[in-house]
Amino acid sequence: MLILTCPCCGAEADETELASGGEAHIQRQGPESTDAAFEAYLFQRKNPSGVHFERWRHAFGCGKWFHAARCTRTLEVFGTYTAQSLKPPKWILDRIRKRRPDWAGPLP
Amino acid sequence: MKRYSAFAIAKEAFRHQLGWERAWRSPEPKPEYEVIIVGAGGHGLATAYYLGKNHGITNIAILEKNWLGGGNTGRNTTIIRSNYLQDASAAIYEKARSLYETLSQDLNYNVMFSPRGVAMLAQTHHEVRGYRRTARANAIQGVETEFIGSEQVKALCPIINVDGPRFPVLGALWQPRGGTARHDAVAWGYARACSDMGMDIIQNCAVTAVRRTGGTVTGVETTRGAVGCRKLGIVVAGHSGVLAAMAGFRLPVESVALQALVSEPVKPCMDIVVMANTVHGYMSQSDKGELVIGGGADGFNNYTQRGSFHHVEETVRALVETFPIISRLRMLRQWAGIVDMTGDRSPILSKTPLENCFINCGWGTGGFKAIPGSGWAMAELMAKGEPGPLAAPFGLDRFREGRFIDESVAAGVAH
Repeated sequence: MLILTCPCCGAEADETELASGGEAHIQRQGPESTDAAFEAYLFQRKNPSGVHFERWRHAFGCGKWFHAARCTRTLEVFGTYTAQSLKPPKWILDRIRKRRPDWAGPLP
Repeated sequence: MKRYSAFAIAKEAFRHQLGWERAWRSPEPKPEYEVIIVGAGGHGLATAYYLGKNHGITNIAILEKNWLGGGNTGRNTTIIRSNYLQDASAAIYEKARSLYETLSQDLNYNVMFSPRGVAMLAQTHHEVRGYRRTARANAIQGVETEFIGSEQVKALCPIINVDGPRFPVLGALWQPRGGTARHDAVAWGYARACSDMGMDIIQNCAVTAVRRTGGTVTGVETTRGAVGCRKLGIVVAGHSGVLAAMAGFRLPVESVALQALVSEPVKPCMDIVVMANTVHGYMSQSDKGELVIGGGADGFNNYTQRGSFHHVEETVRALVETFPIISRLRMLRQWAGIVDMTGDRSPILSKTPLENCFINCGWGTGGFKAIPGSGWAMAELMAKGEPGPLAAPFGLDRFREGRFIDESVAAGVAH
């Protein structure tokens, strides 16, 4: 069972208490963007087998959104961080690199 | 290939069963093929089979990371039906269902297709309306279904409790020509027929990179060396995103774990397939007597193939209300498969941004029923380079154009 620590209230919550919000750090596109960019924003997903950055909501707890870094292949959790992040913070990237030395970094 | 027949069984009985040959060869990969199919599951093998049978292309390698039919083909709940709402879906799923009817004879391999009938229970008034609509759509599409009342459901499957307190059975969408088949046999039958046509099925051979020159595919690199090809077909279900990344494009697909479980074997107690989509559970009885139960999918990206116990609990809790008779049954095994979900819950059969590279994915939670139709349409797409009428609506471009084939609500499938 997947267990994440909510950075907002500090509670350790399992997946029955959480709602997944899908891929994190997606750049929003507006009326000025190209069709290709808008399609990518709406539909195309990285869907990696390995390290993934996601949005989660502590739905049956404090109700707040946050970010999590975890491995989709093993369910190993690298850490959770605040929803007010436009990209993964350095400390979490360092922690992932320490545990996964051959990791190539976040997908572009 | 030695044909399987009653005569062959009788003949072998007189010589200690020593005359049987291996169902398929296990050759070393050649340096170059006309077509490479990545993924030797049902869809990949069916694609290769119909490339050979319908289009005369037999210089084909089918590369498989693990063993043949060991992914979702060996993990599903074997339900076959075609009662979809949208015309494009009904066409391809009905093609598949009709091919299943004669697949055993076609492949000379018993896939144990059992058209025992599929009942999709309507347990809310919303579902009653939805299924009545689907039944009418199916009548126009030429798919034989009907909406039946709860007393008919009770007559078809006496172990159903139609007066449950939370989810009474108000009726069902009944497809009498739906049913089940032996999932492994489907993969094995196609594999045997492919091997007989001279195609190479190469197991334990993971693709590690896609080779391209300019914008055209030229082959793949694998754990057993580089293999060249003129055309590449990616048919890898849950790992489609990984292969697409190797080929240099991104898909509108997310992979999640969908799980199933089986009970201990019991005497025959239900002879139809029952799907209860409101409560996310479906059940049928296998020939061994086990009740085969399918549950819901995880709500997050997952490649672990192991599922989670709270989903088992949810599924079983809901089914016990509808089938009180199973409350004392012990469950023997549970497992999960990685399914590739698209936004509109319809598959992708398409050309890709990489020239001569084709993809067949996005079957999500319901790929098994589509195997022959999917292979048929994918073979046509790969042989001609352009999709035929079955595959045309399922192109990748539908996401850019907003031309969805929305089955997520329409079909009422348990997702």
